[in-house]
Amino acid sequence: MTATTPSSRGGRWLAALTDEAPALPGYPDSVRVVDGELDGAPARYIAVVPDPASDFPRARGGEVGLVEGWTLARAVRETMTADVDGPRRPIVAVIDVPSQAYGRTEEAFGIHQALAAAADAYAAARRAEHPVIGLIVGKAMSGAFLAHGYQANRLIALDDAAVEVHAMGKQAAARITQRTVEGVEALARTITPMAYDIRSFQRLGLLHRLLSVADADSPAGPDVAAVRDALTEACRDIGDSRDLGARLGEGRAASLAVRRRLRAQWQS
Amino acid sequence: MDTATLIARESFVERGARERVAGLLDAGTMRELLDPFERLRSPWLAEQDIVTQADDGVVIARGAIAGTAVVCCAVEPAFQGGAIGEVGGAKIAGALELALEDAEAGRPVVPVLLLETGGVRLQEANCGLAAIAEIHAAIAALRAHVPVVGVVAGPVGCFGGMSIAAGLCSQLIATREARLGLNGPQVIEQEAGVDEFDSRDRPMIWSLTGGEQRRATGLVDTLCADDAQAIAAEVAAAVAAGPEDPARVADVDAALARLARIDGDRRAEADWVRDAFQTPTDDRSDA
Repeated sequence: MTATTPSSRGGRWLAALTDEAPALPGYPDSVRVVDGELDGAPARYIAVVPDPASDFPRARGGEVGLVEGWTLARAVRETMTADVDGPRRPIVAVIDVPSQAYGRTEEAFGIHQALAAAADAYAAARRAEHPVIGLIVGKAMSGAFLAHGYQANRLIALDDAAVEVHAMGKQAAARITQRTVEGVEALARTITPMAYDIRSFQRLGLLHRLLSVADADSPAGPDVAAVRDALTEACRDIGDSRDLGARLGEGRAASLAVRRRLRAQWQS
Repeated sequence: MDTATLIARESFVERGARERVAGLLDAGTMRELLDPFERLRSPWLAEQDIVTQADDGVVIARGAIAGTAVVCCAVEPAFQGGAIGEVGGAKIAGALELALEDAEAGRPVVPVLLLETGGVRLQEANCGLAAIAEIHAAIAALRAHVPVVGVVAGPVGCFGGMSIAAGLCSQLIATREARLGLNGPQVIEQEAGVDEFDSRDRPMIWSLTGGEQRRATGLVDTLCADDAQAIAAEVAAAVAAGPEDPARVADVDAALARLARIDGDRRAEADWVRDAFQTPTDDRSDA
């Protein structure tokens, strides 16, 4: 890699998967939008990355804040507009988001609405026949994940200790549930949905693929090729499906049972 | 308002989820699905020695409002702070998915969401988060067919992933007692420090995230008194409206222009935020 190696894992995977193509101009430094290729055809890659110079102090570390939420919406909507009369490019969300931005300004200006706009755009792209793939290379936390990736047709993750999915960091989760951090960690070892690690997440049936890589931190040669292959396979697997049905399997038995019984009662 | 009217007024906020739904529906039309006798309890709370509830804190009911077919999804504020676990989340997502199937088949059913929730139930973290993503997907898809009506009345408010769900609704109704925000006060204080956000400063919290401020900034569409009849009337009006993409969600350029104008370092106060939302984005060069 060159001297411009990105500071975050998400940024490095974005660069590697797009052969270091330049990010599109006109976007803030915290949202990198790159036009690359997948399976020999154009594809759009999007990552949220740290921007130490952001105007919003609570969103300088790769968090999804106000600017990031609305910019994700813009990047996805622009892809849809550009492709409205032609082939629908795949959209790959490269996911390495430590959290949403926690701050007073963020709440005051409606960060929930910014994240809604992002989720809405990804969902609209999926329904408009863009294959949308979420590639989890680092943390996929809570609202940040809901805004950037969780609306994808398929989720792929790297099998690595630093890859985590959860609804809240351990300190805050301990406070809200009136437990100690040790207590939260102990429960995370036995209650599958409370775990932070990606293998537990896989057991819930939410992943399309969990990929072994030699070095998740520094994407190189065979690892990048393996991820490209997985993205290609996911893209083909999506086929004509437009909803999130592929995630609903035996890993979430109660979710299935509720839907089955609800359907039986739906029509009077 | 005269005294007799005030005394006759019934609070919506003080009602539980089932009673709230009953008050919205045309008399005799309410049919609850997966009611408490189904005993669909959280499989995860029991493992943690936490008391479960036979409806997992979510009420799903079909019925009619002024003759229009609706499905109400109401979160019970009194159980686990309205937090969304696997079962309750699947009840809402599943109901919305069925409403979408019906809408696509030409049988519109209007969803009415009563959102009284702290967001993901942390004891079932990733199951709650997954369900909320499915709720988002369904609301976004339904909006092309029918209005999706959200109500945040209080006392819990609407937070976490479910505040995003509120943001996705076509029509959002709130009371002055309601709060709407992504991160709850205690979480912000824990993550960012008490200087950033004091979770005990209730006037500040309501001034920035309360229903009145959210209405003034366009993040809520209708402000309504805590009056069961008045809220029912607002819900009926929203149900009767056509499907549309609210500017709240769709106007990306306006939102980015607003953010470009504000100073991210400035300590947010209610008046400043209102001014920022009211400044037109396209006809002011001195902004």
